[in-house]
Amino acid sequence: MLLEKLCNADGVSGNEKEVREIIKEYAKDYADEIICDTMGNLMLKKCGKSSKKTVMISCHMDEVGFIVSGINKDGYLEFQSVGGIDTRVIISKKVRIGKDKVKGIIGLKAIHLTTKSEREKVPKESDLFIDIGAKDADDARKYVKLGDYAAFDTEYEKLGESSIKAKAIDDRAGCCILCELIKEELPYDTWFCFCVQEEVGLRGAQIVANRINPDIALVVESTTCSDVPGAKEHEYVTRMNYGAAVSIMDRSTIVPKDFSQWLYNTAEKNGIKVQYKSLVSGGNDAGAIHKSLGGIKTASVSVPCRYLHSPVSIASEKDIEAVKELCRKYLNGIDEII
Amino acid sequence: MELLKTLASGYGPSGREDKIRNTIAQYAKKLTDEVIVDTLGNLIAHKKGNGKKIMIAAHMDEIGVIATVIDDNGFIRFSAVGGLYNKDLFARRVCFENGVVGIIGSEEDNKDRKIAKLYIDIGAKNREDAEKKVKTGDMAVFMGEFTENEDIVISKALDNRAGCYVMLEAMKRVKTENDLYFVFTAQEEVGLRGAKTAAYSIAPQYALSIDVTDTGDTPEGIKMDVKLGKGAAVKIMDRSILCDAYIRGLLIELAKENNIPYQLEIMNDGGTDAGAISLSGIGVKTGGISIPTRYIHSPSEMVSKDDLKSCIELLTAFINYAR
Repeated sequence: MLLEKLCNADGVSGNEKEVREIIKEYAKDYADEIICDTMGNLMLKKCGKSSKKTVMISCHMDEVGFIVSGINKDGYLEFQSVGGIDTRVIISKKVRIGKDKVKGIIGLKAIHLTTKSEREKVPKESDLFIDIGAKDADDARKYVKLGDYAAFDTEYEKLGESSIKAKAIDDRAGCCILCELIKEELPYDTWFCFCVQEEVGLRGAQIVANRINPDIALVVESTTCSDVPGAKEHEYVTRMNYGAAVSIMDRSTIVPKDFSQWLYNTAEKNGIKVQYKSLVSGGNDAGAIHKSLGGIKTASVSVPCRYLHSPVSIASEKDIEAVKELCRKYLNGIDEII
Repeated sequence: MELLKTLASGYGPSGREDKIRNTIAQYAKKLTDEVIVDTLGNLIAHKKGNGKKIMIAAHMDEIGVIATVIDDNGFIRFSAVGGLYNKDLFARRVCFENGVVGIIGSEEDNKDRKIAKLYIDIGAKNREDAEKKVKTGDMAVFMGEFTENEDIVISKALDNRAGCYVMLEAMKRVKTENDLYFVFTAQEEVGLRGAKTAAYSIAPQYALSIDVTDTGDTPEGIKMDVKLGKGAAVKIMDRSILCDAYIRGLLIELAKENNIPYQLEIMNDGGTDAGAISLSGIGVKTGGISIPTRYIHSPSEMVSKDDLKSCIELLTAFINYAR
């Protein structure tokens, strides 16, 4: 299954090649033109019945992870995070490093050696290290070098009837949706854009938008879903199994009201489960796209995803399906929006 | 080191680069075909060729302070220009463009050393006296005399006059058909601004930024693999960029081939012009060569002479052999 393959591939920001190759292989036969730019953004053009409007739909290929920044004399790896990661959730987690996917564990000084005040605080990233079982620095250097990327070592699995657990559902779910939709006949020329380096500051999307110069753009994302014990209802952001999440505003974008309303109303009219993303938090590629060139009308629709940016997240297959259906309505309903 | 001394001692806070730009332009004119200044104040020196179009950027601005309000007693309140470490500002000397010197004083009750509780004292008798020397909007730079021994150099503004120096030295050694744009950028310290417009107008195929980077070799200092004196730092990542793999690989290959000491840089804090350039237009393959530097953004920044030499050699190799 495509989503499983995408989530199991490693693509920490700046190192998206593995993911890009899967997408290219899967979707190339459906595209009329393929561009891969200097940063590694993949753009697939699908010619429509008309070229009067240029439509963009985008997602990002990269995931959060780590980069090896030092090897100490005992063979432990120092690292820095790539993208926003909560230090609390990475301790004792498995990672795989570099091209050869060397296995390692994120370690921390043993509890017996900590003081009471240390136990009450969240350890700093610099207190943590990656242990690959090396004897010393020379031994470690045989397997790993500075600048190697580390990704969470998590395998895709089904949970319950219609949920999945995997790393990097953010935003391989979006990639998967785009890969399916490119197979269809469309009214207008449409660029399916798979962007790089979203997690480190919406970088890839900026030059993609500059190149494509679309009349309209939709970002397909995975977003926070905090409907868990301890959170109040107004803090959920989105709820799992409640359908596609349409953004009104986040920290990067205020979506044009007519566009977000069109998405919501169209979903309701067509029996697609839909919810608004109810809290101003996070940001996504829409932030870069809507400000590029002379300004581009941009909205986003997301898959609710629990435990985002952690070694393992959970999403609902039904929500993914709802997002896909709503994206299909968008691609076919451009004339109702602009 | 006379050239580096001239550059480091020059005046040029962000947005007020005129003086340092004029100094650099004198050298750049002798070494290139055409020198222009763009709207934001970038100095662009073009060495024409038929090969790859390459942009090399080193920012010429330095951090400083800007006078905001002058009070009845002649004390000057100020804001930061660029990233200042507020806790270390007390009793530092600053120098305005016209040569007026002041020291940074603090209100008695200011444990947090908030910038709003600091002021500049130029020894004025009152407001009128102060306004004869300094006006609202005038900028001052930190004072930090240029000193050297056989191994190292200490001065203010080595961030990034050391980069300007490396670029000028490499410009003397150009032997290539590549089409080279050497850009001394403006306003890097306030958000990579000059590099952005320069990259847009040049639209290069490859770009490199030449800037300073932190080191992790001081007692209980930050964790970082870069060490002073261990060679030119090839940039892998900072907070503004994940460097292009081709450019990064080429730099490492050239360093090995030419026996130039090098190390790899992963900087957790701060960005460089490389970030802005890489995202310009439809994107530019961008990397960086960094000069290992201790005590960045202080009046006493320290670099190694061997590292400067390695950076010059590596940059020269890149501009001559990049394909």
